[in-house]
Amino acid sequence: MSDEEDDIILSELDDEELVQQMFDDLYDGLKEEIEEGVNILLERGWTPYDILTKALVGGMTIVGHDFRDGILFVPEVLLAANAMKGGMAILKPLLAETGAPRMGKMVIGTVKGDIHDIGKNLVSMMMEGAGFEIVDLGINNPVEDYIDAIKREEADILGMSALLTTTMPYMKVVIDTMVEQGIRDDYIVLVGGAPLNEEFGKAIGADAYCRDAAVAVETAKEFVARKHNQMSAG
Amino acid sequence: MCPTMTTAPDAFPTDDTALTQDGLAPSGKGRVLLIACGALAREILDIKATNGWDHLDLTCLPAILHNHPEKITDAVRAAVAKHRAAYDQICVAYADCGTGGLLEQACAEMGVEMLGGAHCYAFFDGVTRFAERDEVTAFYLTDFLARQFDAFVWKPLGLDRHPALRDMYFGNYQTLVYLAQTDDAALTAKAQDCADRLGLKFERRMTGYGDLQASVADWAAR
Repeated sequence: MSDEEDDIILSELDDEELVQQMFDDLYDGLKEEIEEGVNILLERGWTPYDILTKALVGGMTIVGHDFRDGILFVPEVLLAANAMKGGMAILKPLLAETGAPRMGKMVIGTVKGDIHDIGKNLVSMMMEGAGFEIVDLGINNPVEDYIDAIKREEADILGMSALLTTTMPYMKVVIDTMVEQGIRDDYIVLVGGAPLNEEFGKAIGADAYCRDAAVAVETAKEFVARKHNQMSAG
Repeated sequence: MCPTMTTAPDAFPTDDTALTQDGLAPSGKGRVLLIACGALAREILDIKATNGWDHLDLTCLPAILHNHPEKITDAVRAAVAKHRAAYDQICVAYADCGTGGLLEQACAEMGVEMLGGAHCYAFFDGVTRFAERDEVTAFYLTDFLARQFDAFVWKPLGLDRHPALRDMYFGNYQTLVYLAQTDDAALTAKAQDCADRLGLKFERRMTGYGDLQASVADWAAR
């Protein structure tokens, strides 16, 4: 950051400039600045939902695009996510109070044998930002944990993540169990992780493979809308 | 079986940085060519030298492909195509190495053999034994990766610039397991330091060359 940028006083910017500055601060992974920006917008009467979608998700979408295009790399994305997390921590209790729109509920976790949760955490955060309720099972989940959680939580979506080629086949174990129990079609199943691809997703019977967090959000929205349409038609 | 490196690493015309970025060109001598990951160059050259297998030649792809497994399969395909005419036989000294079965599929199509297991940690430890251990929370280093820790782990993950990210990457790991190919006190100290930097417990496991030894011997016997 240049000296000139260091001198920016967030509270002196108008709303449009402030949101633009928050995009830059998210891009640079500046957590404290994001927290300050969120608080300023709240003081100015912005709804938590608008701050989340217009400032935070808007900024992270740019980060996501630049990651996809090879301009940003994992460390920078993690810093940006950490900054967004700071803003989300302020907004989350307020979102619950103000009744922000709910898109659906997703149970998510990394599969048995896999402890790599960076991708899963990014997806969770972006899904929350898009209005989904997230039930995060954490890491290293056996099939029973997934099945129990989707039933208990009456989830719309099951999300499974794996980083290792040795653990990704476990996703099929979970889906096969859902088929055996006759509940496969009750849920949207999304899978993701570095070694996966679309072909793998199809082969194991998932509804979709999601290349990154932004794709996961768009895919989830699409499938949920389709599900609602089917229910209305039925 | 030769469990440890018997020739001083310095005796080999290999430089870790060059192996990481450029790999190793074949000597052009011999009738069997091994196409290997640069991280295995010293070990394979030692096995070859110890046994006097002059008919065995070695070329290595840049070891840094370890961090980009999506590029490995095409790189191996290109190397096989490039060298096929000059050798009676080509073998691929890679395990799956994060290619998700694509390398195995490519090798089958090209009619060349490759190593078993998910990655070099597995075949150094012994593929069967490694699977039985089921060490979900272990982060592994080999001799090469201990020497090249900064180039393969610290810098690519941005920890040199953003040390606060460490726990986001390694928070779910518990132990750094150093799979030692050689009995080298200085390298063990370096691996221990890597564990300290990552905030993990340290365990050293002497593996020697594990299953790599038998595979190279098998290929040399062709």
